[in-house]
Amino acid sequence: MVPVTDYVALSAILFTIGALGVLIRRNPLIIFMSIELMLNAANLAIVAFTRVRIVLEGQIFVFFVMTVAAAEVAVGLALIVAIFRTKHSINIDDMNNLKG
Amino acid sequence: MNAELITFIILAIIAIAAALGMLFSQSAIYSALFLVLNFGTVAVFYILLNAPFIAMAQVSVYAGAIMVLFLFVIMLLGTELLPPSKALPWQRPLAIFLAVILFGESIYLLFIRNVTTGDVPQPVETFGSPQAVGQALFTSYLLPFEITSVLLLIAMVGAIVLTIREKGK
Amino acid sequence: MTFFYLAPWIVFFPVIGLLLNLIFGDWFSEKVIGTIASLASGLAFVVSALLVFSLTQHPDVVRWTLGEWIHIGTLQLDWTFRVDTLSTTMMLVVSGVGTLIHIYAIGYMHEDVRFKSDLKRFRRFFVFLNLFIAAMMILVSGDSYLMLFVGWEGVGLCSFLLIGFWYEMDTLGRPSWANSNAAKKAMIANRIGDFGFLIASFLMFWGFGSLQFDQVFQQAPAIAASNPGLITAITLFLLIGVTGKSAQIPLFVWLPDAMAGPTPVSALIHAATMVTAGVYLVTRSAALYVTVPAAQFIVALVGAVTALFAATIAVGQYDIKKVLAYSTISQLGFMVAGVGMGAFAAGMFHLVTHAFFKALLFLSAGSIILGMERGHHHLAHIHHEEKGKKKEEKSHSGAHEEVFDPGDMRNMGGLRKTMPVTFWLYLIGTLALAGIWPFAGFWSKDEILANAFSQGFTAIYWLLTIAAFFTAFYMGRQIWMVFFGEPRHEAAAHAEESPKVITVPLMVLAALSVLGGALNYPGVDTLSNWLENTVQFIKPIEFQMNVALISTGLALIAILISWFLYGRKPLKAGEIDPLKKMLGPIFTGMERKWFVDELYWAVFLDRYVDVSHFLADVIDWKFWHDWFHEKVIAGTYNWLSNIALNRYVDQLGIDAFFNGIGEWTKETASGLRRFQNGFVRSYALFVLLGVVAILGYLIFK
Repeated sequence: MVPVTDYVALSAILFTIGALGVLIRRNPLIIFMSIELMLNAANLAIVAFTRVRIVLEGQIFVFFVMTVAAAEVAVGLALIVAIFRTKHSINIDDMNNLKG
Repeated sequence: MNAELITFIILAIIAIAAALGMLFSQSAIYSALFLVLNFGTVAVFYILLNAPFIAMAQVSVYAGAIMVLFLFVIMLLGTELLPPSKALPWQRPLAIFLAVILFGESIYLLFIRNVTTGDVPQPVETFGSPQAVGQALFTSYLLPFEITSVLLLIAMVGAIVLTIREKGK
Repeated sequence: MTFFYLAPWIVFFPVIGLLLNLIFGDWFSEKVIGTIASLASGLAFVVSALLVFSLTQHPDVVRWTLGEWIHIGTLQLDWTFRVDTLSTTMMLVVSGVGTLIHIYAIGYMHEDVRFKSDLKRFRRFFVFLNLFIAAMMILVSGDSYLMLFVGWEGVGLCSFLLIGFWYEMDTLGRPSWANSNAAKKAMIANRIGDFGFLIASFLMFWGFGSLQFDQVFQQAPAIAASNPGLITAITLFLLIGVTGKSAQIPLFVWLPDAMAGPTPVSALIHAATMVTAGVYLVTRSAALYVTVPAAQFIVALVGAVTALFAATIAVGQYDIKKVLAYSTISQLGFMVAGVGMGAFAAGMFHLVTHAFFKALLFLSAGSIILGMERGHHHLAHIHHEEKGKKKEEKSHSGAHEEVFDPGDMRNMGGLRKTMPVTFWLYLIGTLALAGIWPFAGFWSKDEILANAFSQGFTAIYWLLTIAAFFTAFYMGRQIWMVFFGEPRHEAAAHAEESPKVITVPLMVLAALSVLGGALNYPGVDTLSNWLENTVQFIKPIEFQMNVALISTGLALIAILISWFLYGRKPLKAGEIDPLKKMLGPIFTGMERKWFVDELYWAVFLDRYVDVSHFLADVIDWKFWHDWFHEKVIAGTYNWLSNIALNRYVDQLGIDAFFNGIGEWTKETASGLRRFQNGFVRSYALFVLLGVVAILGYLIFK
């Protein structure tokens, strides 16, 4: 078996790339996809540790994470669509009405 | 050096490359497709980690449903290229810097501090199989399961409410 | 039978009289007020006569105690009335002459309050007069120096009250400070004398251990042998008191100003009674004086010099009462010289006769003044009627066109014809004063001069003789100026005679002035023998013919000279005094009282005013008020509250602190506001920053 360290390292790399995507990209869809990437990376880490510890609860947890991620994507995309309808722009820098 | 390791390395490279491709791609469609590839590779990793059910769930839910949804919305909104940003010039370098530090911290933890070591025991054959997951899901974790269904209902309702157009608008 | 138990009534009767008038006076008419007052004084006279009668049967001194007064340590004094020959002599004079003057004052004040337009003040006068009689009685009947001093101060007070009776005006009735200033002057000069008296009584208590007469006089010879300096000091300090009360040099200056009071006051207090209190004091203290001949000589010298000094001033005076005032000072000098030489009986004899004829002269002068006032008002009425036809309105109660002084002799003249009764009375008084035989003044003045001559006091003898010469001269001058010649003013031409209530008491006094010499004819020596019971140092002397001839001769020469100057060619209106033409600057000196008042003002009084101005303006205002209170106290307080507390503590300290907190909050908030830029990417960046930081902390903990 591949050492779990490698799986966690891979998870870390994917997570970092996802974080970078959230910060750098200005298209909200890309940002959303980066968030899904981050979630995915976390799932990978959990499954790797589940394999090491031989407890099924990890996989159950990942199952629920996926479910919630799906629900979240649905609502989030609906939000983006709703915003696009009013703003007619998908540049996230244009959504700064909460400026203090 | 066995087949598992080689497989892991090759797939890891593909996963990272897909992620980077998603990150740097100018077109949103290409980003989505790269992400689909990434999800696929991760599904293979799940199989390698004795989680076949999760792997299938990954493919069907993530790559199948979520990414399709994404592609729908991308097509709805258009994929015009955005001009270079005029605001927050300091943000990009700082973000890269912080991401690097974050990565460095995690690598430090893993390889210098060695938080994960030791032998890995071999699980039973049915570990992670749909029967086993289903058994646990419908007996011990029934309540979260049912609540999850309600959650999905809520998400559905929410999505409709957010995007509904009133009559006459 | 004896009447010694009546002794306190000499004081009680006048006190009852004054209380009746004081409390019920508003409801009495003028006649009733005057009658009550005169009756009070008259009853006091009756009691005095009864006491004299009692003493003829029991010549030794009787002491009647009214009550305890001071019993502190070794000082034991009571309210004790002393009835002996000396005090009863004084009692008779005071109450007798006093009663006559009370009766006179009824008529005089009746007209005076109408001239000065204040009828309400009638009662006040008689209250004060009775108060004076009461105080004088306490003085003469006191058994100790302290009780004498009570009366001494009392008569000083009454003098003040009565001189300043018309306190808001001057003698001519114009609104002024003059009368009250005169009263003040009398009080202050008397006070200086009182100070001397007090020092003397302190020394007496310290040296003798008592102030009671008998105890002091018994110890006098012993202490005189052991400590003569003490008795000299006591007697000289008593002399200061005498110069104050009896108007000798240097404290005589109040008496001429005291003529501002109504004429009955001048007669009673400043001629007959109060001013004689000093002479009485020396006579009473004979036991002390005879032990220190040096002090006696000083007393006699003071008296003699005063007699001459005052007589020269009287020559140059134009006011009828001022002449008589200086004459009083001069005659008091005679008395003081007499008792100073040890001739106590002679001095007391002159005191009694002087009371008679000086009171007579003053009251007659009052009659003359009233006559002039009546004439003046008569004139005003005539003018008013004449001008009434020309329809001119003129008020005539006191507001005449010109300032008219009814006492100025230059306005008088020829009053012999319009006021004959007053003329004869005045003439009798003048002859008595000048010392013409056989009037009373001759006998008493002569006795003093004979004493001076026979005891070898040559300087004093000649001083007194020259003073007698001047006395005759100025009285003659007065007679010629007032009664002879032609009237120099319309008022004199229309002067009217005074009513009986005024002239009858004068006739009684005139009779006494004529017959008064009988009190102490040389050889018979009634008064001397009478007084010898009390004052054991009386030495009656025999009649000195040469002294009598010299004095009478000089008096007649003086009258002749005065006739020569004033009687032969009577003065016309506006004409200058012929003596002025003759003597020039000397006459100016006489007229201006030898500038004594001016000297006192320049040396003492102005300096005192300067000191008080200094204390008030510089010390009180500039130092205390302007500097200390304003700058130091108020300034410090203002500095403390405004600068220290307000500016530094409050504004720069507390306010700055709290304002600073607010400012800091604003600055911080405006600084922190820049984080809320609305860009999601930056928010996400900060989230990542936080994650990295926490992770780093957890790793490297």
